[in-house]
Amino acid sequence: MSEAVSVVPSVRPEPRLQLLGISKAYPSVVANDRIDLTVMPGEIHAVLGENGAGKSTLMKIIYGVTRPDAGEMLWDGRQVRITSPSAARSLGIGMVFQHFSVFETLSVVENISLSLDERVPLAELAPRIRTVSEEYGLPLDPYRLVHSMSVGERQRVEIVRCLLQSPRLLIMDEPTSVLTPQAVQTLFASLRRLAAEGCSILYISHKLDEIQSLCDKATVLRAGRVSGIANPREETTGSLAELMIGKELPACRMTPRTPGEVRLALHGLSLPSDDPFGTDLHDISLTVHSGEIVGIAGVSGNGQQELLKALSGERRLDQAAAVQLCGVDAGRMDPAQRRQIGLGFVPEERLGRGAVPALSLADNALLTGHVQACGTGMVHRGLIQSGAVGSFARKVIEHFKVKCGGSSALASSLSGGNLQKFIVGRETLLAPKVMVVAQPTWGVDIGASMLIRQAIIDLRDQGVAVLVVSEELDELFMMCDHLAVIADGRLSRRVPVSETSVDRIGVWMSGNFTDRTDATPSTGVRHHVPA
Amino acid sequence: MSRLEARLEPSRAMMLASPLIAAAAMLVSGSLLFSFLGQEPLHAFYVYFIKPASTAYGIGELLLKATPLILCGVGLALGFRASVWNIGADGQLTVGAIAGGCVALYFQDVEAVWLVPLMLLAGALGGMAWAAIPALLRTRFNTSEILVSLMLVYVAYLLLSYLVHGPLRDPDGFNFPQSRMFHDAALLPLLFEGLRTNAAFPLSLVLVGGAWFFCARTFAGYRMQVSGMAPAAAAYAGFSEKRNVWLGFMLSGGLAGLAGVGEVAGPIGQLQSSVSPGYGFAAIIVAYVGRLHPLGVVLAAVLMSLLYIGGESAQMELQLPSAITGLFQGLLLFYLLAADLFIHYRFKPAARVSALPAASGGNAA
Repeated sequence: MSEAVSVVPSVRPEPRLQLLGISKAYPSVVANDRIDLTVMPGEIHAVLGENGAGKSTLMKIIYGVTRPDAGEMLWDGRQVRITSPSAARSLGIGMVFQHFSVFETLSVVENISLSLDERVPLAELAPRIRTVSEEYGLPLDPYRLVHSMSVGERQRVEIVRCLLQSPRLLIMDEPTSVLTPQAVQTLFASLRRLAAEGCSILYISHKLDEIQSLCDKATVLRAGRVSGIANPREETTGSLAELMIGKELPACRMTPRTPGEVRLALHGLSLPSDDPFGTDLHDISLTVHSGEIVGIAGVSGNGQQELLKALSGERRLDQAAAVQLCGVDAGRMDPAQRRQIGLGFVPEERLGRGAVPALSLADNALLTGHVQACGTGMVHRGLIQSGAVGSFARKVIEHFKVKCGGSSALASSLSGGNLQKFIVGRETLLAPKVMVVAQPTWGVDIGASMLIRQAIIDLRDQGVAVLVVSEELDELFMMCDHLAVIADGRLSRRVPVSETSVDRIGVWMSGNFTDRTDATPSTGVRHHVPA
Repeated sequence: MSRLEARLEPSRAMMLASPLIAAAAMLVSGSLLFSFLGQEPLHAFYVYFIKPASTAYGIGELLLKATPLILCGVGLALGFRASVWNIGADGQLTVGAIAGGCVALYFQDVEAVWLVPLMLLAGALGGMAWAAIPALLRTRFNTSEILVSLMLVYVAYLLLSYLVHGPLRDPDGFNFPQSRMFHDAALLPLLFEGLRTNAAFPLSLVLVGGAWFFCARTFAGYRMQVSGMAPAAAAYAGFSEKRNVWLGFMLSGGLAGLAGVGEVAGPIGQLQSSVSPGYGFAAIIVAYVGRLHPLGVVLAAVLMSLLYIGGESAQMELQLPSAITGLFQGLLLFYLLAADLFIHYRFKPAARVSALPAASGGNAA
């Protein structure tokens, strides 16, 4: 840390990093088209853009993972070619990835030691980790095994790993997607401190409010090009969104509705995970009524996967009564049997689980549309009725405005958002009585997100019982009637969205369900995630 | 720097062209090989690839050899499509031959039309029974079906060897390790006078048609395809993994067992200590050269059959070693796997661009 440049703000300080006309084309898409970017020393610079706008490609170019097709890169005013991540690190560039690359069976210090370019004895490294982590308010026990740590703590490992190399530019790729709102505040404090010492930070995100509270400057990308450079504090969320998506932020319509009978009930569901590093479920109870949307919030890796598999039937239970669908004990049933009763399910992974990449959309319609109770007549006496399959697929494509080359287009040829529209559409048009949706808009552009959310709200209005599991709090606050929180395999009780706040849900997300502040719900927070 | 670049979508054209490219590359390597062996390449090619198929008898032999390859290949293709890796078709073929042979020998005094169908049924059941072992171990204990099915091939060989050395040995056979010759009612009828091609060939074509129908039109075929392409999607849709494994093994085992009966009730006419020159293994190549498609399997089986017969002809006329057959088979598979790379990737030659192409112009921000 002592080597870090002491920045004396001169009249015209040299930019720390300057990109000029960076372009990168992939076979399908121009990811970056003549991008210019200037980062000053000690600046927290946001790179804002939707999924697929080219943010990640640009960061990979800066970190030396990918080489640009054209363009120049200046570091402290000198032209450089960064050919590998280790070259980037030797310049003083550190990067914290969205998906961490840590070995779960190793301790913190072992993990960090593996990633350092020089060899440092563990006994020497451990105290350094402790010092640096405490200095920046990111406490870490160097000898703890990574698998026992929460996702937020694992992120600290990645950050501390970068800090140990005294970075002069730190790249953070969507760092808050795995954090509780409170942990986000802690992280921001650390980042501000780091910036004050002269380290530049490139902060990649699509969350406007975070960028407004943290960043000094924002470069907005849209479809691979720079669509604007702004001071986020002087902009409104609306004007930033317009730069980002080219139009105003659309909204969903949701009117109050009285829920009906119980359609989905979990009674004391406990389930050991079949993944050694998974999360066991403990005594989960929940009811979802006809005509309401219940959201489950939580930081990823707290048992959502396990819960969803227990709901869908991909993991079967010993106790039949632990999962009840429309009054039927369904715990021992397989997914097809549960669909027969009226379950619809949209999984988190689209390619390979919700859809078969190498099959056509028509064949993918058959994947769940074959269930007799849905009445689509796709299978008759063991034979596929291709006419019925094709017309159902075309109906989904039409109703949900799926952009594709028709029902014979391969699922893999669709963009993430369009495929998600197809899957949600397929499950919706199969007329479920209970609908379970995981991460409805993960990696989906804003326009498609709104369409998907509206489709789910419409289902609720038709009297379907809907359960949504999402890591995006603002999404849950936007579309749910009730919320519950999953933390470490336990589920909180459900509360009406109108009677809770992001702060309280945030406290619950850290695993502390015993709050005494029930009496004073803060109001007027429905559409704002604090930053 | 030239490099391989991932294609956006697997290339269909390349998927069909790949076997042809592989066959061509095999021929080129073969001609090099022939010239190293001191043969005139064109003449050697004529002897190897043209001459065997230039007479009616030769074509009959070609179809005769192709029959077990079609049967085994189509069964394996069905399994491979579903990611059920049955490597032991040769063992299932052997057990099928034993089962069919036992029926023939048991009813050696019976002259009835139901005997051959009964033998075929027994053969299919025998092959299925042998295939049931890896299927059971896989679904019960999650054992690797590749290893178990492969190892059971050698168990089947030894079982056959034991039977023809012991219980089933022809008492009048001068102690040769072989059974009594089957009587006429236990032999598959010949199709044409003077050719050895028998009724197993049209039967195999009918089964190919059935396999095509199964893959293209039935829901069970769709389930197997999804299980092979995306296991998580199959689980999501509620398709049982166990049922998939069982179906894959039963189909491929049953068809291999039929092929075994086709051999012992056809050209061989008795049980011997070996009933297959590795048809079950060659069928793996057949299945892949045929793109795991039933109709492709027929073409690939004919090509592979030509390699067998041409190899024999090359041994006799050109005094080449018998390893030449295996060598050509190996070359074919090797080139096929290499060419298949280009289904998912394409070659991108070195792009000689100027160092900084027009980076300074037109930066609209």
